[in-house]
Amino acid sequence: MSFFLNPELWALTVTVSVPLIYASLGGMFSERGGVVNIAMEGMMLMSAFVSVAFAYASHNAWIGLLAGVASGAAMSLLFAWATLKLQADQVVVGMAINLLALGLTGYFLDAFYGYNGTPISTPSLPTWHLNVLSHLPVLGPALAQENVLTYLLIPTLLGAQYALFRTPWGLRLRSMGEKPEAGRSAGLSVLRYRLSGVLLSGILSGIAGAYLSIGVLNSFNVDMTAGRGYIALAAMIFGNWKPKGALMASLIFGFLSAASIQLQGSIIPSDIVLMVPYLLTVVAVAGIVGRTTPPAADGIPYQEESL
Amino acid sequence: MAQLEVVGVSKRFGNLRANDNISFSVRGGEVLAVLGENGAGKSTLMKIVSGFLRPDSGRVAVDGQTIPIGDPQAAIRAGIGMIHQHFMLIPRMTVMENLILGREPRTRLGSIDTRQAKQEVEDLSKRFGLHVDPNSPVESLSVGEQQRVEILKAFYRGAKILILDEPTALLTPQETDRLFGSIREFARQGLSVVFISHKLDEVMKISERVMVVRAGQLVDTVDTGQTDAFSLARMMVGRDVDLGASRTTSGLGNVVLTVDHLESQLSKGQPLLGPISFTLRHGEILGVAGVEGNGQQELAELLAGIRLPSSGTILLDDKRVDSLPIRRRLESDIAYVPADRQGEGLVLDLKIWENFILRDYYRPPFRKGLGIDVKVAKARTQAAVDAFDIRPNNIDLPSRALSGGNQQKLLLAREMSRNPRIMIVSQPTRGLDVGAIEYVHHQLMSLAQTGTAIVLISLELDELMKLSDRIMVLFRGQIQGIVARPEFRRDAIGLWMTGQKGQEVRQ
Repeated sequence: MSFFLNPELWALTVTVSVPLIYASLGGMFSERGGVVNIAMEGMMLMSAFVSVAFAYASHNAWIGLLAGVASGAAMSLLFAWATLKLQADQVVVGMAINLLALGLTGYFLDAFYGYNGTPISTPSLPTWHLNVLSHLPVLGPALAQENVLTYLLIPTLLGAQYALFRTPWGLRLRSMGEKPEAGRSAGLSVLRYRLSGVLLSGILSGIAGAYLSIGVLNSFNVDMTAGRGYIALAAMIFGNWKPKGALMASLIFGFLSAASIQLQGSIIPSDIVLMVPYLLTVVAVAGIVGRTTPPAADGIPYQEESL
Repeated sequence: MAQLEVVGVSKRFGNLRANDNISFSVRGGEVLAVLGENGAGKSTLMKIVSGFLRPDSGRVAVDGQTIPIGDPQAAIRAGIGMIHQHFMLIPRMTVMENLILGREPRTRLGSIDTRQAKQEVEDLSKRFGLHVDPNSPVESLSVGEQQRVEILKAFYRGAKILILDEPTALLTPQETDRLFGSIREFARQGLSVVFISHKLDEVMKISERVMVVRAGQLVDTVDTGQTDAFSLARMMVGRDVDLGASRTTSGLGNVVLTVDHLESQLSKGQPLLGPISFTLRHGEILGVAGVEGNGQQELAELLAGIRLPSSGTILLDDKRVDSLPIRRRLESDIAYVPADRQGEGLVLDLKIWENFILRDYYRPPFRKGLGIDVKVAKARTQAAVDAFDIRPNNIDLPSRALSGGNQQKLLLAREMSRNPRIMIVSQPTRGLDVGAIEYVHHQLMSLAQTGTAIVLISLELDELMKLSDRIMVLFRGQIQGIVARPEFRRDAIGLWMTGQKGQEVRQ
């Protein structure tokens, strides 16, 4: 099958998957702590815009990345304030934040850069060349020449796995997602641990957003995340709330997206291929292929001192 | 010196005085029972002691040192360990993860030191004789084992004062005995134990002193050796209570219900119910005993038609009813009082009279043309509310306004007004106070007197032994044994509840 041996397909798969992996790891931390975070879409979008704006203004892509991540974190704090402090419905607040991000970025894009969009002189994050890998067949070109954020994924993934399952913080975070009363009775602050999970999802969504705008490109378009935040959420669910699962699911979704792009103009309609990730998610959530189990207290606000 | 000292604690919720100037103390090596009805303020008091609630006034001291109030962490540090009635355990985590949560031993790298954790857990198990496998997920443990984990958790955090909130509520008699053995061992090792209960016999058996709480006030603290169950009951309720009065079986009628090889496929991962077979006579009360989750709920739902059997038959007189849908089942004079009265039994936001007609609104006398004859509905409801002494008696109030006991009365009133031939009653007294329990028992007995056959499902063995003509024990969905009055024996029934057959003759 020459289709599968085409290095371009695999390079594209990696490009599409990277932001999904970051965001789905973020969603995993949030939900492991018991907070359903559909606001990652908005956090990514905000970061994508802020990264470009700061990268352009400072002529430094790294400053752009930092600012983007900070904006994602700020959005997550807003989300946390509404859902944790005020105990508002997590899905409703999440939607509101997504709409807010869409409106704000659209407005500022227009206000700052006008009709022409973001300037073409915006710097982007460096691409690293690991020539050792380029000799690998098929996958070589995909892996040897990647954005720095792609390589940063490896320590991020390992760190996520370690933090969640080997550290006291991870145990505590998971307890808040399973049964916050138990954590509270152990003298822990439910709010603080849930906040840490949400904040991590903001930071990781921020990286994902920056990757979209100053990683693979150096520009920002209206609604450029185009639902990737939701797909990342789906990948995280499909991956059963585990780092390895989130990685695999994101790669599968990324591959299918890449394949749909490659298939444009062929007999198989690309829209059908693009549909598969969503179908897979429905299948996974419905428990048809191997059951996925969400944290028991996922999405349920916690009230202190309830009688 | 007193280990735990509570001085002048008061707490109000709106107009309710949950705790009114309560003081008490417990010495090291002592077991103090806190006796009171549901709603008397026992749980509020213990939540204050363990830092979960902030009192309006008063203080808590351990070994003479006043501890900060409203701070669970401070209470834990001071050595107060609270064992909640509903376990604070995370089912999907292992015993060890549950134990170390919040106080994890760390390696130099900051990760959890699993070896050290396991060692500490094993040492504690050994010291207090509480054996559990640290690597088992909590969800795979029995209730008694989970309770042991909960107690170990308190010890792991350095508890010297153990507060047990209604610890026997979900245990079999054997597990209760074992728990009592453990409690004596804790006291022997110098710990203080506060044992919260509304069960008189347990309080008499385990405590050195009893503190009685009623309506938020401390009634008295007495030495257990100097009192008896009768006077304790009077202190707890505020009047004389009829403790013993159990039924005598007399003059049962013909067989009205025949259950034959009834079987149900339950949801994934749970045992099947059945095949089970039994019969029920007019005027008979059949008690169904068992540890929670052994098929009682499924049996009730099969009989009521909420769940359809995968095989087997249910005969009402000579008519098969097993495949009838719920409404047809109810129309064949079967009544059902579900265990979850707030979820399944009543619609809390509907008015009292609306709840009263919920089963029969669509047929006479409540139906008028296409609508409901509100006048008749209200008149009937008012009559029932007065007859059952449901308070407040304003039938236009939402059922939410009723206390648990009055909600249960409303449910009973509704089901009994339908003149059922068979009544399925599940956990009718759970969470009720002594007065309401007495009332419900009285109603069920007089219903049986009029010839109604009753299937009574309860976790309270005392209740079953008091009311039933026969007791059937379910274990993992199977009938483990059926025994008829007067051959009820707690120990035998308890063994059946844990799946052991014992030497008893089965009927």
